Amino acid sequence: MSGPSTYDPKTGIERWLDQRLPIVRMMHDSFVDYPTPRNLNYFWTFGAILMLCLVTQIVTGIVLAMHYTPSIAEAFNSIQRLKRDVPFGWLIQNIHATGASMFFLAVYIHMFRGLYYGSYKAPREVLWILGVVIYLLMMATAFLGYVLPWGQMSFWGATVITNFFSAIPVVGEPVKEWLMGGFAIDNPTLNRFFSLHYLMPFVIFGVVILHVWALHVSGQNNPDGIEVKDKADTVAFTPYATIKDLFAAVLFMLMFATFVFFLPDALGHPDNYIPADPLKTPPHIVPEWYLLPFYAILRAIDFAVGPISAKLGGLILMVGAIAVLVVLPWLDTSKVRSMRYRPVARWFFLIFVVVCLVLGWCGAQSPDKIVAQPGEFRIDATYRPASGAEQTLAATGHTLEEAEKAFDKQRLAAVDGAGPGTLDKTVLTPFQFKVTQLSQILTLYYFAFFLLILPILGLRETPNRVPETIAKAIGAKRAAANKGA
Amino acid sequence: MADSAVPAHGAGGDEPTRRDFIYIATGAVGAVGAAALVWPFISQMSPASDTLALASSEYDLSQVPEGQQVVIFWRKKPVFIRHRTAAEIAAAKADDKAPLRDPQTDDERVVQANGQPGKSQYLIVEASCTHFGCVPTFGGGSFGGWLCACHGSVYDTAARIRSGPAPINLVAPPYVYSSDTVVKIG
Repeated sequence: MSGPSTYDPKTGIERWLDQRLPIVRMMHDSFVDYPTPRNLNYFWTFGAILMLCLVTQIVTGIVLAMHYTPSIAEAFNSIQRLKRDVPFGWLIQNIHATGASMFFLAVYIHMFRGLYYGSYKAPREVLWILGVVIYLLMMATAFLGYVLPWGQMSFWGATVITNFFSAIPVVGEPVKEWLMGGFAIDNPTLNRFFSLHYLMPFVIFGVVILHVWALHVSGQNNPDGIEVKDKADTVAFTPYATIKDLFAAVLFMLMFATFVFFLPDALGHPDNYIPADPLKTPPHIVPEWYLLPFYAILRAIDFAVGPISAKLGGLILMVGAIAVLVVLPWLDTSKVRSMRYRPVARWFFLIFVVVCLVLGWCGAQSPDKIVAQPGEFRIDATYRPASGAEQTLAATGHTLEEAEKAFDKQRLAAVDGAGPGTLDKTVLTPFQFKVTQLSQILTLYYFAFFLLILPILGLRETPNRVPETIAKAIGAKRAAANKGA
Repeated sequence: MADSAVPAHGAGGDEPTRRDFIYIATGAVGAVGAAALVWPFISQMSPASDTLALASSEYDLSQVPEGQQVVIFWRKKPVFIRHRTAAEIAAAKADDKAPLRDPQTDDERVVQANGQPGKSQYLIVEASCTHFGCVPTFGGGSFGGWLCACHGSVYDTAARIRSGPAPINLVAPPYVYSSDTVVKIG
């Protein structure tokens, strides 16, 4: 992608270093004179924003580790001390805790951008897969970090997630005990989670370097999905991309700061301010918002399929929901990269985004919550008094309680009128559409999008005409804008 | 080639040479050595001796009044000891032949680790839902037993799974009665 190096060492020291370690040349070629497609929109600034998020988490995390005690007796208190007593501890802890959410917000925008503009397609498959690896590592890091404050959600979240492993046949239980270092979540678990939570960001950093390297080999994709053909299609990274990234990063940091200073707990869960209690499960366990869609997929499976229990089935689908991203480059059969030129795929994509968001909502609800109930509860009964003719009673209500209440009035009236007798009662429960069923439908679409829609649509869809070059695409856009004006 | 004294590697037919053998043997020893070195680093994460040393707990059952339950720790895991009422036992026995996901009779639910029958009035089970490990609450659900609020698994008065996503009954830890009123778990 990048042509011959244009770095020209000016001073003797630069020349001396360049002959021994050409690091300045590498940075110059990668981030100064690097040609970027000239049609990039603001969705392309999230790479830089994510880099900023990673550095923020590492810097604040190192500070947090100076004040944190990884022991079940002290962990909760040490975080409270950090927030209350350590100078600016509240600020640094807020940045770190809120930063996790910001990191995921940015990564989701980055990923949906890649999906829409076909950034996973040849020759960027490895670049995309490295991204999926980073995303997985981020989820692991976030989970490990969430356990460290040792609140109720930390403890029970860790219990639920380590129990995922017990769904694996045969080796599940031993693997679970190996991960926990005991028979329950305890001090050994907390210690190792702290150690691994400190390690993971540096592993992420390593994969990010590979990700950027792969990006610089294949070159950036762009909103038109057209490969760069000549110099007319590009602008230099500095100043164009640098300033644009910086501007977007400032806007992002404004939002970030709003959460840090005004809503530090808005994205967390109040139960985590209660110290961990192994005897008492909070009434409603939910993961952090960024894991909710996957949690909904996990819970959507409430039925066994042959030898696969509901528990294992849910786990398989949850893992599959991420694994499918790895093979996505080979599932999408369309030759056209950007959905800008795919009139049908675009709509399926839009539905996919909505499905992901609604799955997130489902993950936060109780699985038995009723989403819709078209009918009413109905109680039918025959009352046979000891003397006199039998009577038919019927009552309806939106809930069972309402129906019972209405029915009781009729029953008492009948008893008052005809004297004591026997009652023959049937209760009709209406069809109820619950969160679990909604999650099942949404899960079906999630997988159908990758496994059916993208493979089939690529062969059937007639894409719009794709311009030959980026320069021509911009020209056409300008012409259309002028005509409109 | 043909007249060279030492046959070149891989040339002149596929006869393995002494050198091939040495390569493979060295590689094999190296691989075994690496695996042997990896093992301690994997094994260190398993439950340590002090954790395993906590593997049994004794409890005096006379402290639990009828119709009540206590939660004690065994291997740092919460365990229910429920002193069941006659009505609870009768309800459990009545369902012995009902369609169960994890079929067990009430008598099998209270059996001791040595195979001897246990005491029907004392039900001893791990207080950990077999779905994802939450602590179920007694008195919830429609079977008179436990309800796990996390994902809605319902257990009956013998702690057998009756509805919801959990795959099996609440697990009974291994225990024996060391006297008439004292039970040793683990």
